[in-house]
Amino acid sequence: MAKNIKKIYFDNAATTQLDADVLKKMMPYLKDKYGNPSSLHKFGRIASEAMDIAHEQAAKFLGCKETEIIFTGSASESDNFAIRGLIKSLRRAKRAGEKTHIITSQTEHKAVLETCKDLAKEGIKVSFLPVGYDGIVHIDDLEAEITPETDLVSIMYANNETGAIQPIKQIGKLIARLNKNKEHKIYFHTDAVQAANWLDLNVDELGVDLLTLSGHKIYGPKGVGVLYAREGTPLAVQITGGDQEWKMRAGTENVAAIVGFGEAISKISKTQPKAGPPLAEKIRKLTDKLTADVLIKVEGSKINCPKDSDSRLPNIVNFSFRGVEGEALVLALDQEGIATSTGSACTSLALTPSHVLVAMGLSDAEAHSSLRISIGKNTTLEEINYFLKVLPEVVERLRKISGR
Amino acid sequence: MYNKKVIEHFTSPKFFGKIEKADVIGNAGNPRCGDLLTLYLKIDKKTHKIKDIRFETLGCAAAIAASDMVCQLSIGKTLQEAEKITFKDVSDELGVLPPLKIHCAQLVAEALRDAIKKYPPQKGA
Repeated sequence: MAKNIKKIYFDNAATTQLDADVLKKMMPYLKDKYGNPSSLHKFGRIASEAMDIAHEQAAKFLGCKETEIIFTGSASESDNFAIRGLIKSLRRAKRAGEKTHIITSQTEHKAVLETCKDLAKEGIKVSFLPVGYDGIVHIDDLEAEITPETDLVSIMYANNETGAIQPIKQIGKLIARLNKNKEHKIYFHTDAVQAANWLDLNVDELGVDLLTLSGHKIYGPKGVGVLYAREGTPLAVQITGGDQEWKMRAGTENVAAIVGFGEAISKISKTQPKAGPPLAEKIRKLTDKLTADVLIKVEGSKINCPKDSDSRLPNIVNFSFRGVEGEALVLALDQEGIATSTGSACTSLALTPSHVLVAMGLSDAEAHSSLRISIGKNTTLEEINYFLKVLPEVVERLRKISGR
Repeated sequence: MYNKKVIEHFTSPKFFGKIEKADVIGNAGNPRCGDLLTLYLKIDKKTHKIKDIRFETLGCAAAIAASDMVCQLSIGKTLQEAEKITFKDVSDELGVLPPLKIHCAQLVAEALRDAIKKYPPQKGA
């Protein structure tokens, strides 16, 4: 007796569904247009022209030059490249005994956090800024941490677990002001993977030198990322052995995925007209309803996101439910056809709960009981209502088992 | 990630709940790793057999399934027999637990031994 199982995807911060138009644009490059962009013949030229268009599309979105767009294999690679590449290049130019200093935050994606921790093992000083209860870095804390030796500030634009938006523009302005009076330049990197669907990413407005994007978080394909690197930013090549991507990243290009990235990012631009993004408003209405109703329907629930709606992404909500463990909750919801995520340790190798939630001051128990809902551009009110019907029942059942 | 048997014991556990007048209670787990479990036992005073056993577990699917399994394995056994139940028995009986989740089986075995150790309760304790 097969139950009519719904398929509701509330995990868009993990990955998004490949857009049908994007797939359509990609298909020829997976089939007939299979040339290597480095080849001189027509097959190669067709692939190379497609690459040019993708560079233009990404550059247009960020308000930068095509030559400042480097396609990589993933956002994690872009983060690694930005941080390791910059630090390696700067260290090569430093005099003996000169220090290297990175400032980042405690709530970064692991691709930044672990990269910085790895560099710390090599004797590089890394400051991990705390965040407030809202998950947001205080700009005064950042300024206080900056020394004449500071080389790099890497702060994500929006957090993948809570949707908390960091004050990137203000940080950009602070760094620009400090750089005016300084011979020693501070570089600024932001991981904008989660922000890309919702926030303005004009690199000059943000004041960033380096910016990371991912294909599969914007309804594009997996296996492609972007590193924006402002002209003149010193970057040591991490993958050597070829002249691809302006000699910055060797390896035959993943042409179809790159074409898909270009199409996906230009579709975002189209859905965000200058007169305010209607899509973001629609999505925010859905999450506002979701949040309000969950708090009413499920006693012992709390929200782990900034209260101010300008300080959080429209599509992510993070809850904690007393007396329920996150992995069990995710599985139980999955059995009802709803895909979600948790910051519980039970899903991690380390058996420690989400570093993001712990940095925000949540207790271990609260972090273990967290549930992340990340809706997407196609989420409907009907799906939200179904979730609101199922969630209280599931929480109730698990609380009976936990006795808490 | 989980096999059918684990999912079955997670979805429809038979032994969850509390025994109000339990003869002995066993605990295991810590908030850091996220699993907290309590076993409630009713013991036959003469035979020392476990007459009834229930669990309350705040934990992941594996922890809930393992709790249910340790109850299933120990009910009807004497304390002496139940003491011999190891995490491996629990894990084997559930089919295969993912390597990351073996500690859940260890926790339930620990809770059972904690209860057995405490029985009979010392006067004044």
